[in-house]
Order: sequence, then C-alpha cells, then structure tokens
Amino acid sequence: MWNLLQFELFKIFKKPRTYIAFGAIAAIILLIQIALLTNGKEYVKFMLSSLDDTLDIPYDQIRNGYWIGFAILNLLLIHVPILVALVAGDMVAGEANMGTLRLLITKPISRTNLLLTKFFACVIYTFILVVWTAFLCLVVSVLLFGTNDLVISKEFELLQIEKTDVLWRYIAAFGFGTVGLIVVASLSFLLSVLSDNSIGPIVATVAIIIVFTIMSEMQIPIYDKTVKPYLFTTHMLGWKGFFYIDSDVDGQTIKGSIQHFSSIMKSFAILIGYIFLFVSSAIIIFKKKDILS
Amino acid sequence: MKKIFVFLLLTRCFTSSSYAQNVNTILQKVKDKLNLVNDYEASGEMKTKVVFLKVPVASVKIYYKKPDKLKIKNEKGISFIPKGAVSININNVLTNNAFTILDGGIAKLGNTNVRVIKLLPEDDPDSYRDDVVLSTLYIDDNFLILKAKTTTKDNGTYELEMSYGKYAGYGLPDKVIFTFNTKDYKIPKGVTFDYSEDQKKAPDKTKARKGTIQITYKTYLINKGLSDAVFK
Repeated sequence: MWNLLQFELFKIFKKPRTYIAFGAIAAIILLIQIALLTNGKEYVKFMLSSLDDTLDIPYDQIRNGYWIGFAILNLLLIHVPILVALVAGDMVAGEANMGTLRLLITKPISRTNLLLTKFFACVIYTFILVVWTAFLCLVVSVLLFGTNDLVISKEFELLQIEKTDVLWRYIAAFGFGTVGLIVVASLSFLLSVLSDNSIGPIVATVAIIIVFTIMSEMQIPIYDKTVKPYLFTTHMLGWKGFFYIDSDVDGQTIKGSIQHFSSIMKSFAILIGYIFLFVSSAIIIFKKKDILS
Repeated sequence: MKKIFVFLLLTRCFTSSSYAQNVNTILQKVKDKLNLVNDYEASGEMKTKVVFLKVPVASVKIYYKKPDKLKIKNEKGISFIPKGAVSININNVLTNNAFTILDGGIAKLGNTNVRVIKLLPEDDPDSYRDDVVLSTLYIDDNFLILKAKTTTKDNGTYELEMSYGKYAGYGLPDKVIFTFNTKDYKIPKGVTFDYSEDQKKAPDKTKARKGTIQITYKTYLINKGLSDAVFK
C-alpha cells in the first residue's frame, strides 16, 4: 500500500495542474500583502470606522503580520477549497478519462485499498497546500509587517489577543482548516467516482461550495434554523473559533482561552462525520461500479 | 425693624461675597497643588470596559507635560484610548484660565463632603478645549478633585473619578476611572464571515452606551524633564 501511495503522490505532483494551486495561492497572498503594505491602514479604517468617533484607534499597530494573516485567511475562504477540488476531482475520474482505471483495478489490490490510497494521497496534497498557505500567509506576513497584538473584528465585538497568545491559535486553526479542506477533498473524491470526466466533479464541487457558503452567510431565518446547522461549509469556519478569545465579566480577555470550545469540537466531529460519509459512499459505489473505461 | 432689615441685607451681601471668594480660593489652592507638577511619567495598569470591546489588562505608561500634553502608551501591545482621554490628567481640565466660576454648593460623594465648582469656559477659538461646554469639579477639604464631569459639544459627557494615596501632595491620583459615551458597533456578517455556531446575539443597546477605563497608577516620576518627542 505504501508503494501505491508513493505512486499516487508521484502522479499528483507530476501533473502541471497540481502546481496551479500552489502558484494561485502564492499570487493571491502576495497581491494582498502588497495591497495591505501600501493601503492597509485604509482597510483597517474601513473595518473599524464605526469606532472612530469613540476611540483613538492605533491603525498602524493593528496592521501587523498576525492581523494580515487573519485577513488573508478570510479572503481565501472560497479559493482554497476550489484548488483542493482541482486535484481531488481528478483522482478517479481522471483515470477513467485516460482509460487507465480498468488497467489499475486489474492489479492485485482490492478496490477499497485502491480508493483509500488515492484518498490518502489527496489528504497529503491538501496538507502540503495548507502548509504552503500557512507559510505565505503567516510567516511571510510576520516577516513583512512584524508582530503585535491581534485584533479580531466580529459582527458585534472587537477582540484583542496578546501577541504571545496568538501563535498556538494559528497552529490550531490551520489544523482545523486542514480537516475542513479534507471534507472538500472527500466530496470531490466521491463525485470523481461517479464521473468519467474530471471536469464534472471539479465544477460540481465548486458549485456546491459556493451555494452552501451563500446559504451559510445569508442570515435568512428559515435557512439558519433548518439547513445551516447541517451544511459542512458552516462548520468549516470553525477554525475561526480558535481566535474568539474568552473574557471575564468585566470584558477583560483571558489569555489562552476560547469562547466556545465545545462548539468547535462539535464542528470538528461533524466534519469528520462528513469525511467518513463521503469516503465510505465513494468506496461502496466504486466497489459496485462496472468499470468500462 | 428697618435696622434689622439693613443688618440682614448687609450680612447676606457679606456672606455671599466671602462665599464666592471662597470658591476662587479653593480653586486656586487646587491649582497651586497641581502646578507643582511640570511633567510626569507614570506607569500603571489600564482596564477597559466597553460592551463591544474585549481587551486584555494593559501595562501602560502615561506621560504628561505642562500645559496640556498627555500620552498613554501600551508597553507591550495595542491600546484603544477613548477620545477625550486627555481629561484623565486633571491639569488639562484647568489649563484654560478663561472660564467663569460658578459655585455649585456642597454635596456628598460617598461619606465625603465636597465642594461643587462649575467652570464655564469663555470663547477661545485657539484653545483645544473649545469643545468643552461645562466642567463640574467635586473638591474635598484637602483641595483634591475627587470627581470631574466634562460636557462637550460633540463627544457627550466624560466623567472622571479619582482616589488618592501617596502622591496626593501633588494632586496626582493613585486610581482614575474615566467614563465616556460609546456608540454602537456593528460590522455586517457578510464582511466578517463569523463562525456563528455559537449564535452570538447582539448586545443590549439600552445598557451599552457607557464605557470606562480604569487606570491604577503604580509609580510616578515627577518633574524629571520630558522631551516633546514622547508625545508624537
């Protein structure tokens, strides 16, 4: 199985389209960093303009590497899942399209193992993509803009996290984000099993993510109560929960705390459930599928 | 009967004159005390309590230089300072000499008797205090200002409560509670993309209109000479 995994990874990283994702992320992040380097103060002002009459806001201090990293991650909510789908959607359907799938299943390995190996290759690709994103988003931002306390703007609250309390939150958030992206990979993987052409699963995954994200963020009561709690896109935002620091009754933040840890764990469990659902469905369908291509 | 009336009238005139003079004297004694301080560098802890703001307790340095320079710096990170926080230093309230003094009588703050003095600034377009409409001072028997209320044209009312300790001789407090008006804070969720699993509700607007910062001073370095560069 290890040899097969190496082989699958070799196939992934031999395709030029794989590097589109790394290039696209680098381009997006660097463009945002350049923009915030020159006009970052205006962006912070836009976010905090409602406080300008009440407080003297240290805009230049707020615009630091940690804040830039958080702002970039917000802007990448839709883009990174698309880039994950680009590879995961091609894993099985790409083989079917090229006519190599039938050849592959003649090898002395069960269909379940074959599919699990392909899925683990997707997981490794996703992990590497997250590490790349973390490097550009956090390390480069910190090198360019330095560090200071992190100020998080929520709908009704402004949270300030001391700079010594930020790094572990990023590590936890990237870990959670990886799980969220693996859900996207597993969905795309399932659609890939259903198709003989890789364009279909990729486009379908992107469409599902866009529709679900809109439904998650529209704040329409009928969706908020019925559909939204079950959408994986709602729970994929759980990485942000690590930045929602808790406070005491006087509103003083408590170092090392998280506002709703149980909600994050619930979201984590739901995402794991989705991965299990999508991958097991893919295996069941693939095992019964008549491979003709 | 006529003699008694004249006597009462004279007594009334005499007492009101000395009463008014007394207010001026009190204020002058307060000023004399404050005038002992040309500059200071203080260190302390700042707690911010605003309904929409969740921030850590900050270690701050406060710099003051006559006549009206004040700077609050967070030693380790970011601090949100309320507009009008310049009044945290009471010297800044009394900087402008061009005001009309009104006697507000005697009141009680807790168990302490205080003299209430109201200051109505006269028009001074060059003064940075031209936003101030009225300042009310509550002064105790030791000529220390325990409480000050400042009403402004554009930024509502600020309130300052002070308690004193070992720097009382200079009129410098050990603890200051600065109360100020706040406005509503809201960013559309479509911009913040909040993780809303916790279903955070909007704060109650009826009790969200006031914020406070509390500064507890640990040390003062008085009259050591401060460069203007500190205030930039």
